[in-house]
Amino acid sequence: MGFVGETIDSIKSIQIRQLLSQTVSLGMIVTSALIIWKALICITGSESPVVVVLSGSMEPGFKRGDILFLHMSDDPIRAGEIVVFNVDGREIPIVHRVIKVHERKDTGEVDVLTKGDNNYGDDRLLYAQGQLWLQRHHIMGRAVGFLPYVGWVTIIMTEKPIIKYILLGALGLLVITSKD
Amino acid sequence: MHSFGYRANALLTFAVTILAVMCAMASLSDNFNSPTPSAQVQVLNINWFQKHQDGNDEVSLALNVSANLQSLFTWNTKQVFVFLAIEYETPMNSLNQISLWDGIIPAKEHAKFWIQTSNKYQFVDQGSNLRGKDFNLTLHWHVMPKTGKMFADKIVMSGYRLPQEYR
Repeated sequence: MGFVGETIDSIKSIQIRQLLSQTVSLGMIVTSALIIWKALICITGSESPVVVVLSGSMEPGFKRGDILFLHMSDDPIRAGEIVVFNVDGREIPIVHRVIKVHERKDTGEVDVLTKGDNNYGDDRLLYAQGQLWLQRHHIMGRAVGFLPYVGWVTIIMTEKPIIKYILLGALGLLVITSKD
Repeated sequence: MHSFGYRANALLTFAVTILAVMCAMASLSDNFNSPTPSAQVQVLNINWFQKHQDGNDEVSLALNVSANLQSLFTWNTKQVFVFLAIEYETPMNSLNQISLWDGIIPAKEHAKFWIQTSNKYQFVDQGSNLRGKDFNLTLHWHVMPKTGKMFADKIVMSGYRLPQEYR
């Protein structure tokens, strides 16, 4: 029997009180994850404080599957910074480096041009039709820190949803059958 | 208490915690490094200097860049991204920053370099303000770690001036 038998026995022996307490602990896990995420949004000022690199356009600096930590402060944007931006008409944000900055004297508005380190040309081909510059409102944050490989988890889960369901099922079973 | 699930969970948690602590320590250890980089840039020639039909000035420069960035490298350094930006002020813009040349230094052995190049990216002004313009050349570098916080710094070199006439 071993592991499987024990698991089945423990499911059979569930009582109402135990079920309730496990639901509560599962709820605690979910809400604490939510709290951490929202707190990060508050601290960093960026609407998505952590992003996963999806393309190889910044190699060898950032590879596919790396995680970037973003920060959005009121500091002006300067050349050389790695920014995450959204282009009108594109859903997926892009992580590239700023190569040109023109900052207005009267309004403080900026015109920014970006380029991927591993790309040959600048990003004007990626921008919306006829768009020459990015403005402040396109930019979601600048990359300040970096963690390799961890993002593969999310890439695999979005590309192979079946693995996500298996993982969720296994975790759920683990929570239900745990005896604390 | 001592089921397979518990042991697997405890092992995984411990492994991930240790990994996270080691990453944080590697990143923090970068703070003990105090680099002393040096750089020189010469403008060898103005290849061309003209006004476009849309009214914007464009310049092509021949540059000689030499730098020693070896002291930036630590055991947690994956690469150093280095670029030379031209910086100037115009009546309309309080800051114009245009990258003229950039490069990726993958290892300490390549961090002492000398290069003669024309500007890699177009040097186009917003408007026609470049005749007789004073400008700074700034060598920036961004240190990309194997893990953790990224660092950036620069050396500003001033006292350059563009010619009074188009050529």
